[in-house]
Amino acid sequence: MNFDDTPQEAKFRTEVRGWLAANAPKALEAELKEASLGRIKLKHDDVLKVSKDWQKKKAQGGWACPQWPKEYGGRGSTPIERVIWQQEEGVYGKLGAPFLIGQGMIGPVLMTYANDEVKNRYLPPLAAGDEIWCQLFSEPSAGSDVAGLRTKAEKDGSDWIVNGQKIWTSGAHYSDYGLLILRTDPNVPKHQGLTMFFLDMKSPGVEIRPIKQASGASEFNEVYFTNVRIPDKQRLGNVGEGWNVALTTLMNERFAIGSGVSTGFPEIFDYCNSLMTDDGPAIEDRAIRSKLATWATRTSGLKYTTYRTISALSRGERPGPENSIGKLVAGSMLQEIATFAMDLQGGAGVLVDKDQQEVAGQFQKMVLSSPSARIAGGTDEVMRNIIAERVLGLPGDIRVDKDVPFNKIPTKGRA
Amino acid sequence: MNFDFSDDQKQLRDQARRFLTEKCTSKAVRQVLEGKDTYDRALWKGLAELGFLGVAIPEDFGGSGAGHLELCVIAEELGRVVSPVPVASSIYLAAEAIMLAGTDAQKRKYLPGLASGETIGTLALFEGKGRLSPAAIKASVANGAVSGTKSPVPDGEIADFAVVVAHSGSGGRESDIALYIVDLKGKSVERRSLQSIDPTHNQAEIKFNGAPAELLGRADEGWTNLTRVLDRAAVLLAFEQVGGAERTLEMGRDYALDRMAFGRPIGSFQAVKHILADMYVSATLARSNSSYAAWPLSTNSSELAEAAAAARVSATQAFQHCSKQNIQVHGGMGFTWEFDCHLYYRRSNALALGLGNISYWEDQLIDRMRTRNTEAA
Repeated sequence: MNFDDTPQEAKFRTEVRGWLAANAPKALEAELKEASLGRIKLKHDDVLKVSKDWQKKKAQGGWACPQWPKEYGGRGSTPIERVIWQQEEGVYGKLGAPFLIGQGMIGPVLMTYANDEVKNRYLPPLAAGDEIWCQLFSEPSAGSDVAGLRTKAEKDGSDWIVNGQKIWTSGAHYSDYGLLILRTDPNVPKHQGLTMFFLDMKSPGVEIRPIKQASGASEFNEVYFTNVRIPDKQRLGNVGEGWNVALTTLMNERFAIGSGVSTGFPEIFDYCNSLMTDDGPAIEDRAIRSKLATWATRTSGLKYTTYRTISALSRGERPGPENSIGKLVAGSMLQEIATFAMDLQGGAGVLVDKDQQEVAGQFQKMVLSSPSARIAGGTDEVMRNIIAERVLGLPGDIRVDKDVPFNKIPTKGRA
Repeated sequence: MNFDFSDDQKQLRDQARRFLTEKCTSKAVRQVLEGKDTYDRALWKGLAELGFLGVAIPEDFGGSGAGHLELCVIAEELGRVVSPVPVASSIYLAAEAIMLAGTDAQKRKYLPGLASGETIGTLALFEGKGRLSPAAIKASVANGAVSGTKSPVPDGEIADFAVVVAHSGSGGRESDIALYIVDLKGKSVERRSLQSIDPTHNQAEIKFNGAPAELLGRADEGWTNLTRVLDRAAVLLAFEQVGGAERTLEMGRDYALDRMAFGRPIGSFQAVKHILADMYVSATLARSNSSYAAWPLSTNSSELAEAAAAARVSATQAFQHCSKQNIQVHGGMGFTWEFDCHLYYRRSNALALGLGNISYWEDQLIDRMRTRNTEAA
């Protein structure tokens, strides 16, 4: 155990600092610092454009995707160097949000399953932020049971014809390409009839509609497919083996999400540090301290769990399902923190009116948006099943649809 | 940067686990639980002979000088088996206090005995109910002799000497508090064992009636030194708690795999799986916080204060949570004397109080985080 930089790590850190000092968009530093829970608001600039510009600059400097191989626009950095990069990039890392899904989850799938032509064509612009990718897995009737998806692809010569609907697609409206899992054979049990593809999001027959969420915001989309043509050369993995490809993505998704989750702790700690209650400073109140201490240790525990995973990666071990805890812990913490902060505000906690509300109503926004943190990317319950089955080795659930052809699985609840 | 124990430290862990699996069985723990002895003398001797007690004590003073990371490794293994031996009192508290605040002569006098296990030390801090604070210390020293009553003192019945927290001035102020080494075998010391929720560790009341007291560290730095000793012990006990939390998780997992109900292993029901998954989460967070704290402990870095408090809060919560839910997974069998679940449940609740209760440590954590924030600003 040694948390200090080795001489090579120190040298790398110096190099990173030097490059950032010369290149980071410092004019935006203050605004980015204030951005909380992944929401960036810039007074004078378009966030997507600023994000793309920063990604481009990083690409030109060789810092776009440090952990990727050089040939695909990365740097071939070690896992530890990636952590050092993240630590030093600091607030500017928030600008990486639009590229997270593509670079964190889809890139590794392309590297594993695509041929050289596809890799050389698509990976470098994905690294450089020139092209943005989204992931099209969930469907209205296939959430936790994602292998129950129904959007179908039928072979037509050297193409596939796609019909159906995907949902909860982050960033579909600004994405150039999508990773798409489809049912290619409804006559075999559900996991065996799936195949993975990628497609141009501008293809004829693709229609994107924003979802108005329970919070009132629109961050996700529905994507409809009507006779969309996908060439067979855009298939990833064999026909009928899409589920295995999907598992690669889902594990990377949990790692990508788990390593940078918002817990709400920095926000509540800052708030309590400055808040005066009728009994004096909130931070002096024993009951408040007790809550803060628990949240503080959950937050630090997640951070050091990630560092332990990085150490395991450095030894050449694959990130395992143990990373599922990040999302599980952070999601419910966000909700607890939001309701607690509003309670501290008393009756006025109900207001979201900007003139009335403290800290720009950030905890009111948090309370309304946080339910999605416990659902997106695997519900809390799915996460617990993964930990129980894949970490602790407990038996899987009894699956009544396991050996049933997909088109014979009952679809109605109460008749 | 490396967040893992070295290969040598892992070998030490394997060695300790083999030894403890053989020597610290449920049967051995129950000898102490059921009052047949105040601690497991054979186990104590074995730990000393393997050099485990002295791993963090320098070679000049009778230890092996391996370091505190090694002691963390051993602490975790001791926690896994609810070991009924005074390691926390004698090593994490007494030896740490002497290493931190003692003169060379004091180190020479006391540390070799602690490392070899021939001498048992403890910390006499609490004086009945109430918060851990300078104002709560009533024991006092005048003319080199201490008077007052300490209770509960861990392993107070079996210890040869205690590091006693007492005041030398008018009392109540931090600068009045000092640490003293007091021989517990002298005539002016009366002690009696007390019943506790965890009989696998002795607890005692000790009355000092003008017992000779040897100053340990500067007279006006007693509280500061005490706080630093508690921080160090907090990390080591956090590893015991992590060991206990992970062991109870394994017990619950194993039982859920073997116990059948409704024609299936109970571990196939999501209601049971989710209990176990949550135990895994709290044990993992505690392990990560404790691992982080082990580093400043072993390097004497200033980051220890905040990291120790975080490890303490996290590991206390994790062990209490896991030992409680382990009983729940076991159902009725978990509530029998025969099954070992209650040994861990008892230990987790006793450990939660031994170094100051959770609200003391929550306070320490928040204060130290604020200090860091102020310094950073």
